[in-house]
Amino acid sequence: MADETPKPSELLAKLDHRPPATGWMDTPVEIRKGMYCYAANPKSVKALGLPNARQWNPLDDDWKLPDNWQQILHEGFKERLEKFRTFKVFMDICVRCGACADKCHFFIGTGDPKNMPVLRAELLRSVYRNDFTTFGRILGRLGGARPMTMNVLKEWWYYMFQCTECRRCSVFCPYGIDTAEITIMGRELLNLLGLNIDWIATPVANCYRTGNHLGIQPHAFKDMIDFFCDDIEEITGIRPNPQFNKKGADILFITPSGDVFADPGTYTCMGYLMLFHFLQEKYGFDITWSTYASEGGNFGFFTSHEVMKRLNAKMYLEAKRLGVKWILGGECGHMWRVIHQYMDTMNGPADFLEEPVNPVTGTKFENAKSTKMVHIAEFTADLIKHGKLDLDPSRNDNKIITFHDSCNPARGMGMFEEPRYVIRNVANHFYEMPANTIRENTFCCGSGAGLNAGENMELRMAGGLPRANAVKYVHEKFGVNMLACICAIDRAALPTSMEYWVPEMDVTGLHELVANALILPGEKQRETDLRGEPLPGMEDADE
Amino acid sequence: MTLYSCLNKDKTAIVDQWFEKVVSTYPEDTARFLKSQKDPFANPVGQTTIAGLAALFDLILEGIDRQAAISFLDPIIRIRAVQKFTPTRATRFILDLKPIIRKIVQQRLSVADSMQELLALEDRIDELALLAFDIFMSCREKVFELKANEMRNRTYRAFARAGLIAESADNPS
Repeated sequence: MADETPKPSELLAKLDHRPPATGWMDTPVEIRKGMYCYAANPKSVKALGLPNARQWNPLDDDWKLPDNWQQILHEGFKERLEKFRTFKVFMDICVRCGACADKCHFFIGTGDPKNMPVLRAELLRSVYRNDFTTFGRILGRLGGARPMTMNVLKEWWYYMFQCTECRRCSVFCPYGIDTAEITIMGRELLNLLGLNIDWIATPVANCYRTGNHLGIQPHAFKDMIDFFCDDIEEITGIRPNPQFNKKGADILFITPSGDVFADPGTYTCMGYLMLFHFLQEKYGFDITWSTYASEGGNFGFFTSHEVMKRLNAKMYLEAKRLGVKWILGGECGHMWRVIHQYMDTMNGPADFLEEPVNPVTGTKFENAKSTKMVHIAEFTADLIKHGKLDLDPSRNDNKIITFHDSCNPARGMGMFEEPRYVIRNVANHFYEMPANTIRENTFCCGSGAGLNAGENMELRMAGGLPRANAVKYVHEKFGVNMLACICAIDRAALPTSMEYWVPEMDVTGLHELVANALILPGEKQRETDLRGEPLPGMEDADE
Repeated sequence: MTLYSCLNKDKTAIVDQWFEKVVSTYPEDTARFLKSQKDPFANPVGQTTIAGLAALFDLILEGIDRQAAISFLDPIIRIRAVQKFTPTRATRFILDLKPIIRKIVQQRLSVADSMQELLALEDRIDELALLAFDIFMSCREKVFELKANEMRNRTYRAFARAGLIAESADNPS
């Protein structure tokens, strides 16, 4: 999709230094390269049995829609208004107070008013008013209503895929409107016409068929874990012995596949392996990986409720098949929102599993009583609190750390303290970013909700600005050089964002820091951290 | 009064006018936000811009130190390089300072007396504009490099997984 070089006359024609002065309804959408992701591969759409699988290009005039596309959208809209009470309420109750307007990282970074959450939602509401309210039908544009046209549809598509469903805006809404749910509905409606992006559709098709987003088959998945064991053995002299698909194990472990295949998540994965090995040696901990339910992430969440449910079910079916007591989940973002907020009414309650109890400490995880799935940050914090881990935090002394609250564990399940508690116990240098950029106010990495593709790099960088701006501040003020997070998309997206905005910053998962500090029984004197970089004081040691 | 002392005295008002020019390159709703929100973490674009402009204005009066100029210009241009701007629209704000200064000269000073100083000042502004274009280009190149690197790493890993890469599997570069 190479760009054509513009002619001088074309460039001169564009020499207008003023933005359009028209109202939002009269400012037609301009689909700009760098801001959108490529259209879904028809093979992937077909594999999921979703409608209108075909080759199409967002830059073309003709999106190859069925003749009755307006009717399909109208009926789809109607069905969802009847089915989802929240959607109906969110369409009706917004008073356009503007509290959310300047809270979105995409608005802040791109400066595009249609990225104000209120206006992004208004794209849907305007059609809702026209199609489903008497007021809108009578007053038309005066009442903020407009009919669905091709231009409106393109606007929907462009902006529904410029929202990472991070829910920062919802924190500020006095009515509690969850704008992420409006995006979720918008995307679900677009999927009725086959208007998904490939960065979502293909991982979903892979996950549906093979068990993970990358389409890694079981033997390759095991091979990768074995490579990590080789590396761990080289660094520590100890080789972990992970269990795979073990029937009757106490616990099933599921993490996003990004941890297994993408740096720096791979070091986090090595961290899990070392932690499990430690617990196995010292306390007889019995945990298994699955090569079938090998994906914690759920890009179905970014497609439709039905697809999200399909992918989520695989984890529970595997837990049932193996006969484990409960599930431990790795460092992932949206996986936790799916589990914490949707899983119980989609596929739960998981009555065949037991209420999770930490076998090492005896702690009952009351919050996971129904879902039976515990977050590993919580699990490790509990181990540390009970003095069950042997730790040498000085091994992380060359890392001056800050913590990025990943949107979904933070706003989707209220996990603020556990990761911080873990970091403070495995490292000695930790600094917080400014208060309005962390915890429930955290800024998204700019690439969540399936927008972590390469072709939309300008969007990702602009959306990543508010987060990077706060990172830059602690870098300059405290010398922070390591950005910790508990989300696989963060680990994939933040290194690129940092390279653009704060080039001196590295990115790490929580359990990479844990494993650096963790003293394995019988280990040799370590000279390097998990990345092969010299440990503090070991800079001159021979390789 | 010399031009420099006059400009120095009115620094805040001039930088405000300059900032106004920069924010007018954004849509109206956005411009309002960029001007009103003073928290640098809630409004990184507005606050980075105004801080950079103030520092650049000092530099124009004092004389351009290239490294200092880059350090003040880079944060502003880095943002504009990923926003909806053509290269000219992204960098033009530097030149927008000229009419602001000319107006002050016309209103308060003798044009003939200030001519030498004015020309020297405008030369510095031109120099900054050229520097801004360099920074803009390096930012755009960085964006394309990031795209290319992500794509290369992805392809490389796919090959590695398929067993098509024989050695240095842990060092793709």
